[in-house]
Amino acid sequence: MTTSNISWGGRSAVWGRIAGRELSTVAITFFGLLLVTFLIARVIPIDPVLAVVGDNAKADVYDAARAALGLDKPLWQQFATYVGKVFTGDLGKSVLTSNLVTDDIKRVFPATLELATLGTLIGVALGVPLGVLAAVYQGRWPDQLARLIGLFGYSVPVFWFGLMGLLLFYAKLGWVAGPGRISVAYQDFVDPITGVLVIDAALQGEWEAFRDAWSHLILPAAVLGLLSVAYISRMARSFMITELQQQYVIAARVKGMSEFRVIWRHALRNAFVPLITVIALSYAQLLEGSVLTETIFAWPGLGRYITNSLLNADMNAVLGGTLVVGAVFIGVNLLSDILGRLVDPRTR
Amino acid sequence: MRALTTPTEQPLLELDNLRVNFHTPTGIVRAVRGLSFTLGRERLGIVGESGSGKSMTGRAILDLIPYPGEVLADRLVYRGQDLLTMDKRTRRKLRGRHISMVMQDPKFSLNPVQTVGEQIAEAYRVHHKASVREARERSLVMLEAVQIREPGRVYELYPHEVSGGMGQRVMIAMMLIAEPDILIADEPTSALDVTVQLQILKILDDLVTERGMGLIFISHDLHLVQSFCDRVIVMYGGKAMETLPAAELADEAARSQRHPYTLGLLGCLPDLDHPKAKLATLTRDPAWLA
Repeated sequence: MTTSNISWGGRSAVWGRIAGRELSTVAITFFGLLLVTFLIARVIPIDPVLAVVGDNAKADVYDAARAALGLDKPLWQQFATYVGKVFTGDLGKSVLTSNLVTDDIKRVFPATLELATLGTLIGVALGVPLGVLAAVYQGRWPDQLARLIGLFGYSVPVFWFGLMGLLLFYAKLGWVAGPGRISVAYQDFVDPITGVLVIDAALQGEWEAFRDAWSHLILPAAVLGLLSVAYISRMARSFMITELQQQYVIAARVKGMSEFRVIWRHALRNAFVPLITVIALSYAQLLEGSVLTETIFAWPGLGRYITNSLLNADMNAVLGGTLVVGAVFIGVNLLSDILGRLVDPRTR
Repeated sequence: MRALTTPTEQPLLELDNLRVNFHTPTGIVRAVRGLSFTLGRERLGIVGESGSGKSMTGRAILDLIPYPGEVLADRLVYRGQDLLTMDKRTRRKLRGRHISMVMQDPKFSLNPVQTVGEQIAEAYRVHHKASVREARERSLVMLEAVQIREPGRVYELYPHEVSGGMGQRVMIAMMLIAEPDILIADEPTSALDVTVQLQILKILDDLVTERGMGLIFISHDLHLVQSFCDRVIVMYGGKAMETLPAAELADEAARSQRHPYTLGLLGCLPDLDHPKAKLATLTRDPAWLA
């Protein structure tokens, strides 16, 4: 690997071009996202003016409120105002929590980020090796085991896993903490820096609080992780089977490479090219917020926030949340594109 | 069989009654059915149609027959070492270092996500406890040996950035860097453009002669084998139909002594200078495989 550094200097122009292309794609996609969220707000049969003034308001009060909201202006002007507001971080006020939506999201998104990231890490750490072993021992017991785990992960509902996990590891064994992100006792120990509790606690050296937060986090993350394991291992298996049949694998064996190196270095590195996309999509899905898991574990995350807002017709919060979810997808896609190019020289 | 090696010298490879079987749900497929030959420091050609078992012979020597295949032989000896009783690990260490193989298509047989230089250096480092720097230097020398003009630049290229001819030189460099005694070349030029085929063969020939290696040249191209090899085995249905000095393939006077299958193969070759109205088809006799 040390040799590849040299080539990168000469390829910086290529990377510059790629960055330019990626960024313009992101800009266009984000503009489209803004347009969609804006239009959703116009199309839904909920009158934002009525939400402010109430159903029995007089006509002049209604008109005044309508003007105050800027809804009397032409559509394109309203859109421009909306875009301006989004870029200054103003997503309006939530009717339900009476906080600014931006503040709400700053609070709930890190909770989901924490859960989704650890869940995905678990999914990759277990799912990739499992898939590789299943491909190497195709049709033999490791493959059957992987198939069984995959079947479980796919077909058993997540709330059942969550409840059973709580029952076993929290209630019976006491290995982990129960629902919520952190125990009440530690609630005020940690100042929000990133909003991700375990990171904030670690940064401030509050190790007791860290342990407590971690103990709350690990079970829901493992539940989400199991779903990722099911998905990632199936995909890893199929990509690996394809790679192991390639000629370069035989060539590596002819060179005298150990089977370990042939599998984990040559074949897996190639299998990672399509696998990155799969992992990224599964990560993005978790970042959207997993309503069921968040509900069972009383996890104050994005999924629950959007669902609650939706059920209460809290449109600012819903649209703000939608925007965040969209932005997350764009971000994760960008990330997977960059990683893909790093792994696969043919795409550079 | 005419022995081209001097009697005092130990042969590189001795093969007696080699069989390769695949156990499939529909029955046993016999890819190689009892092949015997001895290889010295010479160029031995194996010709035959698709499915004649010539590639499987090469794979069997390297212990690279995939599951569910099995390799059986009465004798399979590399320079006095019995390959049949050798453990898998020792056998693996022979690969690349003592017996190596150049494969057909560099487009597929080079790892697409690794620079060609890394792949060559890797082949060296597996067998020699060498530093990264030393392996790199050896690789650059090897790239020069296969007549690549700017080794330093080519070292950093990825397989998709090199042409077929250059890819095959890289392949040869990769397979010869550990200085094996035996090279199996499995259709090494079949995927290449006709214009570069001869260059690649020349490089291969020079290196094999220079290093005094034994070469097993697997091909379906009779003309190529005839001009390139010392000795030829004609295979059909997993069996050797006959073994003959390459020069005798085209020898009109020796026609009567040729196996009918060899004559058949020769007879169905098209010739640009003497077009035939009807190209002969091969007639096969089931008795040949009995």
